[in-house]
Amino acid sequence: MGISISNISKSYKNVKALQDISFDVKPNELFGLIGPDGAGKTTLFRILTTLLFPDQGTATVAGFDVVGDYKEIRKNVGYMPGRFSLYQDLTVEENLNFFATIFGTTIDENYDLIKDIYVQIEPFKDRRAGKLSGGMKQKLALSCALIHKPKVLFLDEPTTGVDPVSRKEFWEMLKRLQQKGITILVSTPYMDEAALCDRVALIQDGRILQIDTPEAIVKHYPKPIYNVGSNNMYQLIISLKDYEFNHSVYPFGEFVHYTDSRTDFNPKELRHYLESKNLIDIEIEQTEATIEDTFMELAK
Amino acid sequence: MAQNPPLWGVRGAFMKRFIGFIKKEFYHIFRDRRSLFILFGMPIAQILLFGFAITNEINNVDIAILDHSKDNTTEEIINKIAASKYFSIKQMITREADIASVFQKGQVKAVLNFEKDFGRNLIKDHKATIQIITDATDPNTANTITNYLNAILQQYQKELNKDITIAYQIIPQTRMVYNPELKSVYMFVPGVMTIILMLVSAMMTSISITREKELGTMEILLVSPLKPFQVIIGKVIPYIFLSIINAVVIVMLSIFIFNMPVQGSLILLGLESVLFIITSLALGILISTISATQQTAMMISLMGLMLPVILLSGFIFPISSMPMPLQIISNIIPAKWFIIILKAIMLKGVGMQFIWKETLILLGMTVFFIALSVKKYRIRLE
Repeated sequence: MGISISNISKSYKNVKALQDISFDVKPNELFGLIGPDGAGKTTLFRILTTLLFPDQGTATVAGFDVVGDYKEIRKNVGYMPGRFSLYQDLTVEENLNFFATIFGTTIDENYDLIKDIYVQIEPFKDRRAGKLSGGMKQKLALSCALIHKPKVLFLDEPTTGVDPVSRKEFWEMLKRLQQKGITILVSTPYMDEAALCDRVALIQDGRILQIDTPEAIVKHYPKPIYNVGSNNMYQLIISLKDYEFNHSVYPFGEFVHYTDSRTDFNPKELRHYLESKNLIDIEIEQTEATIEDTFMELAK
Repeated sequence: MAQNPPLWGVRGAFMKRFIGFIKKEFYHIFRDRRSLFILFGMPIAQILLFGFAITNEINNVDIAILDHSKDNTTEEIINKIAASKYFSIKQMITREADIASVFQKGQVKAVLNFEKDFGRNLIKDHKATIQIITDATDPNTANTITNYLNAILQQYQKELNKDITIAYQIIPQTRMVYNPELKSVYMFVPGVMTIILMLVSAMMTSISITREKELGTMEILLVSPLKPFQVIIGKVIPYIFLSIINAVVIVMLSIFIFNMPVQGSLILLGLESVLFIITSLALGILISTISATQQTAMMISLMGLMLPVILLSGFIFPISSMPMPLQIISNIIPAKWFIIILKAIMLKGVGMQFIWKETLILLGMTVFFIALSVKKYRIRLE
C-alpha cells in the first residue's frame, strides 16, 4: 500500500528534472524528500499524483500504476500542492465542504480524521480562505487533502512560508496521521524537518543522493566535524576557505562547520592559523554532523 | 479498492458531486463584484447605449440659411424646413464667406444657399437653383441630410405643380417592410444581444476555467475523482443560467423601452438563444484549453470573438457590401447566423421552416467546438 518508484526519468525540453529515480516508501511510513528548490521534488510529486507522465520508468501508488490506473489513484490519494491551492473566495467551511462533496463524502463522515487539525481553524470557519494566515491556510489545505480518508498523502513543501510554531504543530499532526495508518510522502527544503521523518531521501538536480533513516544518515558522515567560532564571522569564513587543508566550510548558525582534509588534523594548528589572521575569541570544538552537513557533503 | 457504497447510491453520489460543484461556481460569481458587474451591468448599459446614443436617424439637425433672394418663395421653403422635425434653423447668414466659418465652428451640419432672385427665376424661367452644402466629415449623416432636404424641396415643387399635368409620369411607390420607420434600434438589438451572449458565455467561462489553472486549484481538481466533463459541465451550467437571464432582460428592455416588436414565436426565440449560448460556451471552453492565464483568455475572447462579431457578423456593416474574401470569412462566424435568425424571428416573424438552415449551421459549429475542446482538454498537466 506504499509507494514504489523504479527508474523514473523526466525532462522538460533540455532540463533533466528527474534522472533515474528509484525508491520505495513502505506502507504507513512517514517519508521525507529533502532537497533544495529546483531539485525535482515537485516533478516527482506530480508524476506520483498522475498529473505528469514519466519519460521513463514506472511507479505505483497504493498498488496502482501511475499511468494505467490513474483513476484509482485519484480516488485514493490526498494531494497538497506546494502553492496554496484552495478557493480564496470561499470560506473555510465552504472549501472543506466542497472537497468533501467532490470526493463523495461529508465532513461528518470523516470528522475524526481531521478533528485535531480542524478544531484549530474551526473558530474561523466563516472567514474567506484568502484572509487566513499562512499557518491556518496550511491546516485548511491539509484538512481538505484528508477529508476523503486517503490511503497515501502527498505533501509538497507544506511548511514553506509558515512560522516556526505552526511548522512544529504541523509535523506533530503528520505524526498523528501516520498513526492512523496513512502513508505520507512529504517534501521540504528544511533540513531540520528531515530528522522528524522515518526515512529520508536526499535529492538534488534530479538525482537521489542517499536514502536512509535520519539517524543513519548523520552517523555515516565520513569525517569529524568542528564548530568554529570567532568575533568576526565574515573574516572567519574567508580565512577558513583560504586555509590550504580545508575540506568543507559551511556557516551554521553562529558557528562555522569545518572539516579538514587530513586524517591527523590537530585543532591547535587551525587556531594558530586563525590567530595569524587577526581573529580573536576563537572557539574550536568537535560536534555532531547534521543532515545538512551530509547533504552538503553529498552535493559537493 | 471498492469503497463502501454510500447510502444514496451511485447516481445520487454523482448528482451530489455535481450540485456541490455548481454551488461553488455560484459562490465565485456572486462574490466577485467585477464579474457580477460585467454579467448584469454590461447588457443593460449596452442596450441603452446602442438604443439611445448610437443611431443613424437624424433629428433636429442644425442648419444655416444664406438667402440672397429673400422673397415669398424662399420664405415658404424655409418655413417648410423649419416645420419638419428633422431640422432646426440655427442661424441666417448674409455673406458667402460666412459659409466656411459656420462649418469650421461646427455650429451647423448643412447650409442652404438660395440664389439671387430665386422666386422670380422660378416663375420667369421655370428654373431656380438652390445649393445644399453639407459637412461630410461624417459621410453617412451628410448623405441622410441631403436626402431629407431634397425630399422637402421635391414636396414643395409638387405642390407648386399640382394644377399642371405632365404627360408622362413615373410615380415610385416605396415601402420599407419589417422596419417601416427605419428605426436603427431594430438593427442594434439583435446585434447587441449577440455580442452580450457571446461575451458573457465565452469570456466568462474561459476566464473561470483558466482561473482554476492559474490559482493551482485545477491541480487539485485533477487529482480527484471528478471527471473532466463533470468539471467542464459544472463550470458551464451557471453561465447557461445567467446568459438566459441576460437574454430575457435584453428582450424585455427592447420590447418595453424601444417598442421593438417580436413578431415570431418567443419560444423559438428562446430555444435559438439557448443554442447560441451553448455555441459560445463551447468556444469559451476551447479558449480555456489553449490559454494558461486569465489574461490570455480574456485577450483571446475580446480580440478573437468581439471584433469579428462587431465587424464581420453583419451587425454594423452589411455583409453584402464587403469584399468577397471577407464575405467568405463571415460564414465561419457563429454570430452572423445568430443575427440572421434573430432578425428573422423578431422582425419578420418567421418560423423554423425559414431558418432551419442557419440553425443547422449553428448546431454543427457547436458540435464541432465541443468535440474539439473535449479532445484538447487535458486530464493531466501536460
